[in-house]
Amino acid sequence: MKRIIAATVQNRSGVLNRVTGLLQKRQFNIESISVGRTETEGVSRMTFVVEVADNQKLEQLMKQLNKQVDVLKVSDITDKAIVARELALIKVMSNGQVRNEIQGMIEPFRASVIDISKDSLTVQVTGKTDKIEALIDLLRPYGIKELARTGLTAFLRGHQPQVTELAPYSLLK
Amino acid sequence: MKVEAENKVDTSTQPKTGADLFVESLIKEGVDTLFGYPGGAVLPIYDALYKAQKSLNHVLSRHEQGSIHAAEGYARVSGKPGVVIATSGPGATNLVTGIADAMMDSLPLVIFTGQVARNVIGTDAFQEADVIGITTPITKHNYQVQSLSDLPKIIKEAFHIASTGRKGPVLVDIPKDISASLFEEVNDTDFHLPGYQPTTKPNPLQIKKLADALAKAKKPVLLAGAGVLHGGASTELKTFIEKHSLPITTTLLGLGSYPGEAELSLGMAGMHGTYAANTALYECDLLINIGARFDDRLTGNLAHFAPWATVAHIDIDPAEIGKNIETHIPIVADSKEALKALLSNTEESPDHQEWLTELKRFKQDYPLWYNNPKNEISPQWLIEAIHKVTKGDAIVTTDVGQHQMWAAQYYTFTKPDRWVTSGGLGTMGFGFPAAIGAQIAAPDETVVAIVGDGGFQMTLQELSILQEKGLPVKVIIVNNQALGMVRQWQESFYEKRYSESLLTTQPDFVKLAESYEIRGMKIDNQEDLIHALPEVFSYDGPVLLDCRVRKEENVYPMIAPGKGLNQMIGVKP
Ligand SMILES: Cc1cc2nc3c(=O)[nH]c(=O)nc-3n(C[C@H](O)[C@H](O)[C@H](O)COP(=O)(O)OP(=O)(O)OC[C@H]3O[C@@H](n4cnc5c(N)ncnc54)[C@H](O)[C@@H]3O)c2cc1C
Ligand SMILES: Cc1ncc(C[n+]2csc(CCOP(=O)(O)OP(=O)(O)O)c2C)c(N)n1
Repeated sequence: MKRIIAATVQNRSGVLNRVTGLLQKRQFNIESISVGRTETEGVSRMTFVVEVADNQKLEQLMKQLNKQVDVLKVSDITDKAIVARELALIKVMSNGQVRNEIQGMIEPFRASVIDISKDSLTVQVTGKTDKIEALIDLLRPYGIKELARTGLTAFLRGHQPQVTELAPYSLLK
Repeated sequence: MKVEAENKVDTSTQPKTGADLFVESLIKEGVDTLFGYPGGAVLPIYDALYKAQKSLNHVLSRHEQGSIHAAEGYARVSGKPGVVIATSGPGATNLVTGIADAMMDSLPLVIFTGQVARNVIGTDAFQEADVIGITTPITKHNYQVQSLSDLPKIIKEAFHIASTGRKGPVLVDIPKDISASLFEEVNDTDFHLPGYQPTTKPNPLQIKKLADALAKAKKPVLLAGAGVLHGGASTELKTFIEKHSLPITTTLLGLGSYPGEAELSLGMAGMHGTYAANTALYECDLLINIGARFDDRLTGNLAHFAPWATVAHIDIDPAEIGKNIETHIPIVADSKEALKALLSNTEESPDHQEWLTELKRFKQDYPLWYNNPKNEISPQWLIEAIHKVTKGDAIVTTDVGQHQMWAAQYYTFTKPDRWVTSGGLGTMGFGFPAAIGAQIAAPDETVVAIVGDGGFQMTLQELSILQEKGLPVKVIIVNNQALGMVRQWQESFYEKRYSESLLTTQPDFVKLAESYEIRGMKIDNQEDLIHALPEVFSYDGPVLLDCRVRKEENVYPMIAPGKGLNQMIGVKP
């Protein structure tokens, strides 16, 4: 099952290496990882999307992360009310003819064209993973020359619904 | 301990360097002994140590691996962090085996490595190695010092992290320009580690749950691991065991946490454990694990491990709970705190007389056993003889292999912290240098290193230290002229194809000892041994005894790989 794990860490040298090394050593499959600073100086936030076999493995992952001296907090936010976004840059083959077609197609995704050359254009899209994947699928027939994704970053929404309100909704299904 | 105090240098007028600050910080931490080896990147530190000879005893090994295993022996016996120093590059990489060993067995070490100067880090400078990268997966934590003013604080943190919670090795990498530079101002040494707050007090609700389960149990058993020893909880354990007449077994690393000869003791469990211990773990309805990490050598095939039991696991490391075995009553706590809570919250004892009678019968009917032809020395008999002469009161270190298992089975410990062995990593070459560290930690005790002829040859260069530091360590080689444990597996599982496991070419160990100015003896029969052993142990100085034992002897009983607790072989017929 896919899980979204958020961790805040002390921003010391080597912490990224320690965390990713740990995941590798314990044979966890990282689908994506994104890291960046937070509102607190010296504290960074990591968001992992991981594939784990079962709850026992998930619990191990959280505990092993938590054990690291520089890791401040670890939470599995998959089933919480969260805002989660990923950014992708997609360079698509295009000549004058298809350019308009592509522009029309990406519009409902609120994606934008950020670079154009003679034979390609680059689309920038932000959103949840499934939206990005849908757009990539649509663009694939035109020929994707290059693709770069940031990986998911996420945090809890300001308001967490009561348990009764919480539909069995998972961002990653 | 001899501390050479010659070559005194008046240092008061010289300006202070990072290295001086380093030495001051160690002294503030109460360090008395350093295990190390010099080299280019630590020359400034060694210069400062030269000036501090009066306060710090530096033990010079002959290979950095010797330093770190000695530090592990020191830590295991004293409970204090062992301190190691090595130079950059090859000095640091020579420590890797010992760091991994200490990590596996949760031994507190603080390791200092020199590093090339900051301005050339990353340029493949002479003797540069990415020690932080190499040691990240095998340290509890590590640091590269980036500025001199942080050094005292980092050292303080390193000692704190190494010696609290689940103990372990912490490495501090110090660039040479930092130890060489003159020091001006030092940052505040107060530290706060928000991400490191070990839980030591048990949750009362969980303790209550365990108390209820205990009162209801018909077949309870307690498993004591190294966590009991790390928590200094042997006294509380004994009181708890006796309060409820609980049968108790230990892991390899938990030996000594409870007196082995006591009536309620079932001996060691696991791959080479006793029939009574393994059967108790198999049949129990309540298993209380205190400070054991359910290693595979202990559990065997998980499907056959305590299949009917309610499992309670007390461990200071939450990540160990539920890692290998499904746990019904998880208790994150220090062993001593948990036992104290259990002592004051368990009113009712279980009604388990039948179980006790059954286990007593297993102990009587299926004890450890071995062949003992009178014209040869059986290794098990040798261990029993050592036990007798030392009155079961020596500090025993071992290497890894058959002799290690025989020592575990036949040297029954009455007291804690006298058993020093490499469990999790199973590091050959550990036993002899570990004895050096153990003797330094306990100068007035008898320390015996029981080693194999194979493993001893991995670190025997440390014989130099015995004379140099006046350490009366007794080294007993259980010489079967083979890599015995490997030979045994080849006999049992590879149809006796003894591929590269027979050590027919060996040095003359007596001459070898003598060349280090150590008394050497060689014995190959029971009668001579009976006369020689008292002499070995009363001799005022180090002795090396090359004891030729029955070559074909194997370690039994055994749970073969892949088999379960109820599938032991080699049990007394
Ligand atoms: C050749 C060979 C054969 C072996 N055969 C056997 C065998 O037959 N049986 C056997 O048992 N082992 C055997 N071993 C050893 C085995 O590999 C493990 O090292 C051993 O079982 C681990 O014991 P442990 O869990 O008690 O100790 P450790 O591995 O040291 O684990 C200690 C546990 O206690 C916890 N802890 C630490 N401090 C505290 C504290 N203050 N309070 C509470 N908890 C704490 C830790 O978090 C950890 O979970 C063998 C090894 C070798 C090399
Ligand atoms: C560094 C290292 N290399 C290899 C092994 C694998 N190994 C385990 S036991 C053993 C044989 C040990 O032989 P010896 O030291 O003579 O002891 P014995 O088993 O004969 O008592 C070997 C090679 C190991 N544990 N450690």
